[in-house]
Amino acid sequence: MTHPHRNQPLWWAFALHRVSGLGLACFLPLHFLVLGSALNGDAALDGVLAWTESGPVKLAEMGLVFLLALHLLGGLRLLALEFLPWRDGQATLAALAGSVSLVFAFIFMFNVI
Amino acid sequence: MNRADDTLAVEIWKGGTDGRLAAFEVPLRANQTVLDVVTWVQRHRDPALAYRFACRVGMCGSCAMTVNGKPRWTCRTHVAKVAVERHLTIEPLRNLPVIKDLACDMTVFFEKWQAARGRFEGRTTRHDEVVQLAPDTPARVAIDAGIECINCAVCYAACDVVAWKPDYLGPAALNRAWTLQNDTRDAGQEARLAAVAGDAGCHNCHSLQGCVAHCPKALNPTAAIAGLKRAVFRAALSGDL
Repeated sequence: MTHPHRNQPLWWAFALHRVSGLGLACFLPLHFLVLGSALNGDAALDGVLAWTESGPVKLAEMGLVFLLALHLLGGLRLLALEFLPWRDGQATLAALAGSVSLVFAFIFMFNVI
Repeated sequence: MNRADDTLAVEIWKGGTDGRLAAFEVPLRANQTVLDVVTWVQRHRDPALAYRFACRVGMCGSCAMTVNGKPRWTCRTHVAKVAVERHLTIEPLRNLPVIKDLACDMTVFFEKWQAARGRFEGRTTRHDEVVQLAPDTPARVAIDAGIECINCAVCYAACDVVAWKPDYLGPAALNRAWTLQNDTRDAGQEARLAAVAGDAGCHNCHSLQGCVAHCPKALNPTAAIAGLKRAVFRAALSGDL
């Protein structure tokens, strides 16, 4: 590893928060693009919706739910860190955010299969 | 590499920023510290090796170096704890200009300490009563939590925000500012809050907590910086900033 000093849980929490934020920022315009396709009649939108029924897209949606939950819970941890009195165990909280996000992603997956 | 069981393979940074690692074989000893290794190399192999130390007991904060990629106080770091397969790489601290070998130019580190107004500003004279700071008040507890800093710059070297934004005041200076913001005897709190609220100030911190992970004194600069962020927020809301 080029930077061994980064190998600590909260650096990885930061990296995942940044990556999930960028991922969501990339998804949002695509989401609006799909919704906007309804303006040109229902066929275009229905075509995209039919495409989203395929397996790989469902899997990608599961990833999307994971990113969303991770960014939301990670963001709540950071807001609490900055606005509430300090509490120890930040690495545990970050790990909890990641685990709960995974649970959300799997719940979503089992509901759509 | 074939070497005797009682030796340590050590690579030490030689030269300035554009220097390189030089290899040495050093006798392995019981209870040997990383600083012992560097001193052995200077005394027996390379008299021109430049490095800093003073107290050798973890008080002065002058011997910090990068050991196997992590910033550490070398006088209190045992080789047995950090060597990987009897191998050590010793480099100067990150985020500071290298003067020569393992000695960094600490000027910018201490300038930032001053830029964060990390100095006590009294309001009384020697003729006034000594002010009592009760040990159980929240302000005093906050001061105690951060006051043991030895200015070793390990947190500064561990901070990626400093690496990404070289103007950032850094964890040590902001931690010191936070202890003074809690000191009821200090008269410079308004100016200090303005100093740490600026572009180079506390709001740059991404709470990566590399400082917390590496501080040899087990201090928590991230908590101090979060306290400063809250103080700046409150002052901004009330129009005092």
